[in-house]
Amino acid sequence: MPEITYREAIHDAMVEEMRRDENVFLIGEDIGTYGGAFGVSAGMLAEFGPERVRETPISELGIVGAAAGAAMVGMRPIAELMFSDFVLLAMEPLMNQAAKARYMFGGKATVPMVLRLPSGSGTGAAAQHSQSLESMLMHIPGIKVVAPSTAADAKGMLLSAIRDPNPVCFVEHKLLYKVKGEVPEGDYTIPIGLADIKHAGTDITVVSSGIMVQKSLAVAKKLNDEGISVEVLDLRTLRPMDTEAIIKSVKKTGRLLVVHEAVQTGGWAGEVMAVVSSSEAFDYLDAPMRRLAGKDVPIPYNRLLEAAAVPQEADIEAEIRAIVSNQY
Amino acid sequence: MEEWKKLEFDNVETTDVLKSAEKLKLSNERLVEMYRTMVKIRLFEEMADKQYAMGKVHGTMHLSAGQEAVAVGTGFAVRKGDYLLNHHRGHGHFIASGADVDRMMAEFLGKDTGYCRGRGGSMHIADVTANNLGANGIVGGGLQLAVGVGLAVQMKKTDQIVLTIFGDGATNEGIFHESLNMAKIWDLPILYLCENNQYGMSANVVRVSAKTPFKARAAAYDIPGYYIDGNDVLAVYETIQEAAEHARSRKGPVFVEAQTYRYFGHSKSDRNLYRTKDEIEYWKTVEDPISRYEKLLVEAGSMDEKTINSIKQEITDEIDKAVVFAENSPEPDVNSVTEWVYA
Repeated sequence: MPEITYREAIHDAMVEEMRRDENVFLIGEDIGTYGGAFGVSAGMLAEFGPERVRETPISELGIVGAAAGAAMVGMRPIAELMFSDFVLLAMEPLMNQAAKARYMFGGKATVPMVLRLPSGSGTGAAAQHSQSLESMLMHIPGIKVVAPSTAADAKGMLLSAIRDPNPVCFVEHKLLYKVKGEVPEGDYTIPIGLADIKHAGTDITVVSSGIMVQKSLAVAKKLNDEGISVEVLDLRTLRPMDTEAIIKSVKKTGRLLVVHEAVQTGGWAGEVMAVVSSSEAFDYLDAPMRRLAGKDVPIPYNRLLEAAAVPQEADIEAEIRAIVSNQY
Repeated sequence: MEEWKKLEFDNVETTDVLKSAEKLKLSNERLVEMYRTMVKIRLFEEMADKQYAMGKVHGTMHLSAGQEAVAVGTGFAVRKGDYLLNHHRGHGHFIASGADVDRMMAEFLGKDTGYCRGRGGSMHIADVTANNLGANGIVGGGLQLAVGVGLAVQMKKTDQIVLTIFGDGATNEGIFHESLNMAKIWDLPILYLCENNQYGMSANVVRVSAKTPFKARAAAYDIPGYYIDGNDVLAVYETIQEAAEHARSRKGPVFVEAQTYRYFGHSKSDRNLYRTKDEIEYWKTVEDPISRYEKLLVEAGSMDEKTINSIKQEITDEIDKAVVFAENSPEPDVNSVTEWVYA
């Protein structure tokens, strides 16, 4: 299998699907000659032309609203926002229109659109370009939220997202763009709603998604040498959540740590814990469930402060050690 | 009321129905059909109001009585297959586009036979299969969806147009400006119809808008605009036909502002504290779109008293039947509450 970056995986999925289905088009800011703010759509304008690589004014509400409207009449738009933070300018068409059209029209509309959201901190862009808003997006019935952690998952899940008949928010952590991984060639999909055990273990389950999977994996490998067996469960899809996989894993390990970069209050770790505490997995717990999330602060600029605002490998390691040794 | 009179309409007032009909190639039958549809909207809404007063309508509703000429002049001028994205005061436009009043009344009563199977109510009536993409509960909400629909039409190269209707209030939302700008840079086939009934809830349009008429705002985006008397049904018809042709022939977006007036309050909680009885009375008597048109039709000999009475009787019967249909329809199955969130 060839090794490609997360960025290339997303690019390839878009290109392959646009070749396959003429109803698919890309819409967003600076996606043409510039190739997108993070270079994800490089070269696509040359292949597909300005109609299908539709460069917009700086108008996020416009991008998402247009994608929703086009989707309602049979197109399959992929909308790219330059930074996920800007989705806040487009919550009206996303939340009031795209997410609700099918339900409020009595099941008669479909809105097959993908909203690509470069997310997260670590780039020194500070408070308005570094947020992880997936917990907020998960609160909206009618949309799906996915946050793949590897190049292979990114490609397979983006293909699923484009083919999905619902609005899908596709959360791409910016620090993952350069991460390489093996990706199967050709048309393959990974279903939305299916978690994946990225590292099998028996002592503790670490549930995470996106960049935090990569961090958790590094910790799991390190602790493995010391005899602490960590199971890293990559949710991949945040909504609909693979509750079965969570329950199954916690029943096996008896301990749970949830790690996400999104701020703690109202974050989806609470949802995972609620799944466990209201299922048979609760009886299998040998320790209190814990969560490690972004601190309840806007992302700061300074390198040290920025790192301190979100979970790092050392934090994850410390939490795991505390839980498995009953010293929480 | 004084403010609007200072502005001059772009249309010539209809004074001779036969002359207008000849110019617009409208048969006498069609002229009378337009009248019938206006009456239908009026009587339908009066019945809806009555159902509300009787406690049979669960939510609120936004009645459009007084605005029938905009709905009918527009509905008759566009083609079947054109897309419609409507505002929340949309009963008239829906009826003018050929909607089934049985299913509309059933939706008001929240029944399973309603257009949205009781999920939407008055504010969200849609018929997606007929390219009616819905009334919208968000002011200006349809404006940007229209851009997406316009993109789809352009990419699929059909000869459809996208009609998006919004109130005067929507022109002060940011979405109005984002929509017009995008529509123009891509020359999308969108007909923007601003139905100016002079009040955004209680806010007088002149008081809250830096510049009127709104065609000045369209001009700022290099989009041609009209400002017309929305209570003159044939003037609306003529302008919308011309504007639709502009959009259909791929000359880009076009803007029409039709001035009109609503008789009822904004919604059911409105006590009309922001306008005078005299003002309302003036519009109901002097400017009423149905009376104005009826008078012209009778003067021209297109219709007589007998025809008027039989039309009113037929429509009354049709609407009574709609109420019976709605009342006899089943409630949605409570167990289906979580259906249709996802496809």
